[in-house]
This record gives sequence, C-alpha cells and structure tokens, in this order.
Amino acid sequence: MSSVLYDSQGPKAKRRNLVISVVFVAVLAALLWWMYGVLDEKGQLAWELWKPFFHGEAWSTYLWPGLQNTLKAAALAMIIALPLGAVLGIARLSDHVWVRGTAGVVVEFFRSIPVLVLMIFGLALFAEYTNVSTDDRPLYAVVTGLVLYNASVLAEIVRAGILSLPRGQAEAASAIGLRKNQTMRFILLPQAVTAMLPAIVSQLVVIVKDTALGGAVLTFSELMASVSPMSAYYGANTLASFTVVALIFIAINFSLTSFASWLERRLRQGKRSTGAVVTADAVEELSTPGEHVGGQK
Amino acid sequence: MFDFLEGYNLWEAFWTTVQLTVLSAVGSLIWGTLLAAMRVGPVPLMRGFGTAYVNVVRNIPLTVIILFTSLGLNQTFGVELGSNVTDTTNFRLAVLGLIAYTSAFVCEALRSGINTVPVGQAEAARALGLNFTQVLTLVVLPQAFRSVVGPLANVLIALTKNTTVAAAIGVAEAALLMKEMIENEAQLVLISAVFAFGFVCLTLPTGLILGWVSKKVAVKR
Repeated sequence: MSSVLYDSQGPKAKRRNLVISVVFVAVLAALLWWMYGVLDEKGQLAWELWKPFFHGEAWSTYLWPGLQNTLKAAALAMIIALPLGAVLGIARLSDHVWVRGTAGVVVEFFRSIPVLVLMIFGLALFAEYTNVSTDDRPLYAVVTGLVLYNASVLAEIVRAGILSLPRGQAEAASAIGLRKNQTMRFILLPQAVTAMLPAIVSQLVVIVKDTALGGAVLTFSELMASVSPMSAYYGANTLASFTVVALIFIAINFSLTSFASWLERRLRQGKRSTGAVVTADAVEELSTPGEHVGGQK
Repeated sequence: MFDFLEGYNLWEAFWTTVQLTVLSAVGSLIWGTLLAAMRVGPVPLMRGFGTAYVNVVRNIPLTVIILFTSLGLNQTFGVELGSNVTDTTNFRLAVLGLIAYTSAFVCEALRSGINTVPVGQAEAARALGLNFTQVLTLVVLPQAFRSVVGPLANVLIALTKNTTVAAAIGVAEAALLMKEMIENEAQLVLISAVFAFGFVCLTLPTGLILGWVSKKVAVKR
C-alpha cells in the first residue's frame, strides 16, 4: 500500500502503524464501552424497546406512512422545481439584460435564504390567503419551501450544464442557420440534460434531507416526525427510533449518492457524448449564493 | 410601517445565529481537518473510520442529528455539556450537532484540495526525508487550504443557513423568532422580508468576499 503522501511501508513503519491502529481501536472501543454502559444503565438496550421494529406494526403504523410523506414531498418538489429551474437557468443565459438580470436576482435571492425560512413563510401564506385545509398545509408549505430553494439551485445546475458544453456546439448550430431558440431546444438542452443528470440526482439527496425540517418545525408528518409518536407508544425507545429512522435516511440517500457517481462515471466514458458532465459534487457549490454572480465559469 | 418590530429583539436573534455559525465553523474546521488527515493517512483503520463517518453523517438529515442531540443525548442520556440552564444546554447541543454534520463537508472539501497539490511536491518532500505528518502539515495542507477557500466558503454559507435548524430544539435564533412573530403579528410579507433580508445580508457578502479571497490566495500553477 503506497500513496503520494507516504512511502511504501518498511518493517519499522508497519510496526508503528500497528501501534497506532491498536491505540485507535482502543480509544474507539473505550468510547463504545462507555456508551454501552450509559445505554445499559438507562435501559435503552432492552429488547422490548427494539422489538417493535422487527414486527410489522411499527412499520405499517408509523414508519411507512412517514416515509411515504417524505418521498411524496421530495418527488413533488423535484417535479415542480425542475421545469421552473430550467426556465430560470435558461433565462440567466439570455442575451437580453433585463431577462438575465431578473432571473439572476431571483436565483441569488432564493439561494441566500434558509429553506426553513421559506417553509415558515409558505405555511403562513397558505393559512392566510388560501383555503387549503389544515391537514394539507404542512405538505404544501414544505413543498413550497423546497421548490423555491431548489428551483434556484437547479437553475444554476442547468446553467452550468449548458456552459459545460463545448462552444463549437452552439457555433455549428448557428453556422447551419438555426435560430437562438432552436439552438437551445435542439442542440444545447438535450446534451445539457445528460451532462447535469448526476448533479440532479445528488440534488435529490438534499431535497430528501430537507423534508425532515417540515417534520421538526411545521408538524408535517414525515419520516422523522414519526420518532416522537413511536417513542411515546413503545415506551421511550428514543434511541431505537432515531437509529431506525436514521438508517432509512442513510439507505435512501446513500443509494442516490452512489447512483449519481455511477452515472457520472458512465457519462464520462460514453463515446457518443461530448464528455461534458456537471459533477455530483458541484451541487454544494451551486447551492450557495454570491459565488457566481455575473461570472461565467 | 415597521412598528410591528417593537417588542421583539431582532438583533439578539440574529446575534444568536451568528454565534451558532462562528462556533460551529471553528469546531467543524478542526474536526473536519482531523477527519481529512485520517482519510489520507497511512493507517487503514483510520481511513476506514473517516470514510464511514463522512458517508454516514452526510446522508442523515441535519434535523435528525440536531433533534437527536436534544431528545437522545440530553433527555435520554443526560448529557448537559457543562450547563444546567436549558437555553444554554440547547445552544451547546445545537453547536455540537452542527459541528458533527458540517465537519463531514469540511473533510470532503479539504480532501479535494489535497488532490489539487501536484504529486511531485509530496514526492520531493518525501525525498528530503520528511515523514507523513511533516509532508501533510508543512507542504500539502498549507497549499490545500489556499485552494479550498472557495469550497470552504460554500460550506460556511451552507452552515449559516443550516443554523436555522436549531429552531427545532428551541434555540432562540432568527428562524424561531420569525415563526413566533408570524404567529402573533398580521404582517406576513413584511416580517418575511425582514428575515429574508437579514439572511441575504449574512450570506451574500460572505460569498462575495470569500470568493474574492479565494482568487487572491489561490496557488497559481
């Protein structure tokens, strides 16, 4: 085993690494032992508290409906935000200053504000100005917040996708006499969509994670919100409930992340594409305001 | 027009937001750097730990982490972080949760920065007889830090926005005050505008200034 930062290990280094490993394991083990001690003392490890999750009832009553709500909100937000983001992203590349400027202000504004603030605003908005029923309001508010925020992030992804294409594509299109509109529709967008697929998939992870905000602050009954009723019903199994919910989130998001990076590799290797890819990692960068104001990457 | 602001301490709420941001930023910079060092280090076990930590923590919603610090660590295990006042405990728990979450992103940013340092530099340092710690702290990390000012700025801005999640465990920061004000006053649009403006003021300049700094300090190659 060798790397750039350290040499292949000789006998001395191997011995030292073994010592470090042993110490590290000892520290971790001590930490785990301490946690086990506390858990045991508080009775959190009792089989009674974990048993419900190995039977159908906890799943059918609490976890599954919560998970459904989480996925519903995430899917709705994605479906609405994607076209909106595409429009905003293309508008930011417009030749007309006022179109470009307006789209720019909208995108930068919604990227700068926390999703939670947008959700709280949405909840009050639906309560005051519409007759959406009280039961549906949290879902509406969560989706509103997610759409406003993610449409602006997706707009940046669309823009990055279009800008990542080789310039020759647009030049060739105008050379054969296509209009701007046609160039965008027939040449740039189809290729950009492929290029930004990995980034779109990893944006889904962000959306799934953000739905949990609705559960914590807006009484939206999504997956995370099922923790407190569960722990009330099954006798204060807080740790067990949190563990199961966290594991479900990790399973969903980890598979999405892996899918995104698989897609990225696959697209890069594709022989027929231009090789332009907006990486999954770009999402974090594109989700923060200020960085790209006016600048072309 | 703005008389609805009377009776609410807007400054204090945003000051709490700033405090949460700064404390968590410092904490996650330290823990994130350690994680990054583990992930590129020669000890396989630490590499494994670093990878596992990042992959697990990044995929759990911050809300779940923060609520766990309150409902799990505090109420179930009695962790109080050296304070017996509920408000202070919640603030410290929120900082702990934010550090645990943000350091995963700091680690990833730093690791990508380490990858930008040319292979030859580390090889030259090794040829001079420097060991792993010396290569990392004297040659690689200083350059890596300069090339990741931009990505770290993004993490910092995301952190600023993420501090609102602390509202979920009752930390009196901006989002919680906004919720309270909207419930009590009839000025939905104005109140929202004030808070939106507050966050724009916090995040947009940070992005612009640190974007400028990152260009300034970037290592030209």
